[in-house]
Amino acid sequence: MAGELKIRVNDQVRTVTAAPDTPLLYVLSNELELQGPRFGCGLGQCGSCSVLVNGVETRSCVTPVSAVQGKSVTTLEGLPAWYAAQKKLHQAPALHPVQQALIDEQAVQCGYCFNGMIVKASELLSKNPQPTDAQIRTAMNGHLCRCGTYPRVLKAIQRASRMMAGVA
Amino acid sequence: MGNVIRRDFLKTGGALVIGFHLGGVVSAQERGSAAGPPDAKQVDTWLAIHPDNTATVYIGFAELGQGNSTALLQVAAEELDLGMSQIATVRLDTNVTPNQGGTYSSASIQRGGPQVRAAAAEARRALLQLASKKLATPVERLEVSKGVVSVMGSPNQSVTYGALVGGKHFDLAFTGSAPVKPPSAYQVVGTAAPRNDIPDKVSGKYVYMQHVRVPGMLHGRVVRPRGQRAYGAGAKVATLDESSIAHIAGARVLRRGDFVGVVAEREWDAIRAARQLKITWEAAPPLPGSAGLYVQMRKEKTTDRVVVERGNVTAALDSAVHHVSRSYTAPYQAHVPFGPNCAVADVTRESALVMCSTQDVYATRGSLARLLGIPQEKVRVQYYEGSGTYGHSCYDDVAQAAGLLSQLAAKPVRLQFMRWDEHGWDNYGPAHVADVRAAADASGNIVAYEYAGWQHNWSGTETSAQLTGVAPAAWPASGVQEVNRLTCGGMYDIPNLRLLNHQVPALGYLKGAWLRSPLDLSFAFASEQTLDELAYLAGLDPYEFRKRNMKDERWLGVLNAAAQAAQWTPRRAAAKLSGAKVVTGRGIGVGTHLASYGGAVAEIEVNKETGKVVAKRLYGAIDAGLVVNPGNVENQISGQLVQTASRMFHEEVTLNTTNVTSLDWTSYPILRFEESPEITAVVVQRLNERYSGAGEEVMAACAAAIGNAFFDATGVRMREFPMTPSRVLAALKRG
Ligand code: FES
Ligand code: FES
Repeated sequence: MAGELKIRVNDQVRTVTAAPDTPLLYVLSNELELQGPRFGCGLGQCGSCSVLVNGVETRSCVTPVSAVQGKSVTTLEGLPAWYAAQKKLHQAPALHPVQQALIDEQAVQCGYCFNGMIVKASELLSKNPQPTDAQIRTAMNGHLCRCGTYPRVLKAIQRASRMMAGVA
Repeated sequence: MGNVIRRDFLKTGGALVIGFHLGGVVSAQERGSAAGPPDAKQVDTWLAIHPDNTATVYIGFAELGQGNSTALLQVAAEELDLGMSQIATVRLDTNVTPNQGGTYSSASIQRGGPQVRAAAAEARRALLQLASKKLATPVERLEVSKGVVSVMGSPNQSVTYGALVGGKHFDLAFTGSAPVKPPSAYQVVGTAAPRNDIPDKVSGKYVYMQHVRVPGMLHGRVVRPRGQRAYGAGAKVATLDESSIAHIAGARVLRRGDFVGVVAEREWDAIRAARQLKITWEAAPPLPGSAGLYVQMRKEKTTDRVVVERGNVTAALDSAVHHVSRSYTAPYQAHVPFGPNCAVADVTRESALVMCSTQDVYATRGSLARLLGIPQEKVRVQYYEGSGTYGHSCYDDVAQAAGLLSQLAAKPVRLQFMRWDEHGWDNYGPAHVADVRAAADASGNIVAYEYAGWQHNWSGTETSAQLTGVAPAAWPASGVQEVNRLTCGGMYDIPNLRLLNHQVPALGYLKGAWLRSPLDLSFAFASEQTLDELAYLAGLDPYEFRKRNMKDERWLGVLNAAAQAAQWTPRRAAAKLSGAKVVTGRGIGVGTHLASYGGAVAEIEVNKETGKVVAKRLYGAIDAGLVVNPGNVENQISGQLVQTASRMFHEEVTLNTTNVTSLDWTSYPILRFEESPEITAVVVQRLNERYSGAGEEVMAACAAAIGNAFFDATGVRMREFPMTPSRVLAALKRG
């Protein structure tokens, strides 16, 4: 039965109406009208719906909304502010360095998978600011891209890592 | 008024000797108020100049993530002398944008470029006429920069395009007679202008089809058996128990014939209802199953056609020194966009608005009108980009299904396919069987070549329509569904050559359609490996062998470009076989789709114990004539090489004897990040050649290069793909 729930998304407490077993993805897209997390498989296989839950990349298509109560959800839209908080910057940049690096590398094709790519890469760089090529590949392996953008995404993550080192 | 001018204008043979008068101001409502296509013979159909000195170009091609919208704007900006920031395009819409045919065959630049260029040139000529009057200076003494027309030598005597026409109609016939710039004068075309869709795509602001919502809409889902059955067999409902979803408040079952769907106010309720609805289906007629597929295709009564024949192939084959005769098979493969297709439909009694991700808004409008029983002029189709489609994925099917649900519910409906709908009910790229024979003389000149190919044609009726009772139709026969004369030996100078096409009947197989570089991966894998065997028999380096047999400069251009990028050193294939567990090999290949030229080199690694094959480095070169945006084309090459590796190593639609069984990313795996190859993309720029496609033309070459690299690594030929561990181990065992 649909009822009111409070969840914390991009640093704001939001009241939503949903049955507690509703996957978080549908709440984010339909109730909160966020465009970052998006349906890809609904099976936890592709990474299209990824968000950060307390800083950990999580598949929102297989996570019931009730499971994130009392936790902090960050979507693609909230990544610049999340990054600013981590780096203790006074002001959030317009884009997370990973996003900027993807533009610089012109890495995008259809771009549908980039929500997951960006969320995962941001998580990776927050834990490991200077990952090796192999570490990037391993971390990103659960994120599929049907258009085949992996080589440029790899370069963009390396570039973002350098950009972040410059900021620190 | 406009008509009179147009007539005078035409009478004068297209030269603007009369001063033309601008029409009234164009309002946003006016554009879009009537059913299209708008008159392609009017300049206003193609572009509008606004008071703020910006322009809108109306383009009939869909942005599919390949950057063509940026490239076509570059073409228009070049002719108009506008900066890229001053020019934009609009959403494809059957009430607004011209009909340039569908966004197929990577031809938006090839077919669309010349039209957009000519329209822009025509507008520029008219703008200069107006400026000439205004500035009281002959056109020859005017120059334009960023939409500002000024008198040569006195830059303060100037007027902007915006001030000249700002917001008004041109009311000018599009004659195609205005002179276009010579390539030597290009400033915008030929540069890697950054794609204009990328910033919003990474920030999350970009509105994909999957994001579109309209007021008062319901969420819908289709209910079908998991995994399609034989094309034409449909799926007949045996029993349906609507009460089985009574516990989901507000969920409803909607049905027309065997087309079944559910709608609900909340998306999750629609998903649950579709899953929990108790429905049974009548038994499905037989399919050959993955194991029996190729044998059955060969057994069919086929429609045969000699596509090309020259010389005396049989005699030449018999008398040659080196002789190879081989058979190859290639599976069905799927489009499977990363985000399943989605559509929003608002169908009323007398009209319909359908938003979807079709490659051809006008064709989709026609099929929707027929299915919904609404006159075509009352149906409006708008394009929203979805996730990459690579050909005819389920975008029409989902648009039809959304239309049906909206009509049945009498409310707007948003429908997104589930993963299993998209994987299971795709229009697959057809399976293929080939017999290839070829022969060379003692010095390695190819003297005879024969390619016989079996496959069925594309399907003409969408699943949704079929389920409502529409009879399954075949897609009209066309050369693009046959053995490809370019990819199958067409790049070589071969005196005796024969291409045979055996068209398998489509009913009783899977639903088929064009999948990026249709059939070419299969053709090239078979053809280029057969020829590679001749090189081996003749004791030649495979690159040297190809050069020796090629005369066409443009084929040689891409072959050389790929070889140079890979720093190819001459040696015979399989000359460095090793007993190590993990071995490496390299291969070279050429091929294309309908135009353009592709060359590729692959460097791969084979684990002989596990059977796992990985591409370490892929090099791809495309000659697509004049390339408007080399940066885009490099990105396209990169995507094609990675996708080809995915298709050669992983992708296969599996079927049992009743239905498709590959329904998600586990049962239909694709290449993952860990196996991503290093890529070198080379654009062979030819400023003085016509534009041709670059979205699929290096895939065949890459498939061939991968096949040949496997032989170089192991001394064994793979005769089928994908090269999965079990197939590789079996091939190595066979030797
Ligand atoms: S949509 Fe959640 S993992 Fe695919
Ligand atoms: S860019 Fe299209 S799926 Fe990744």
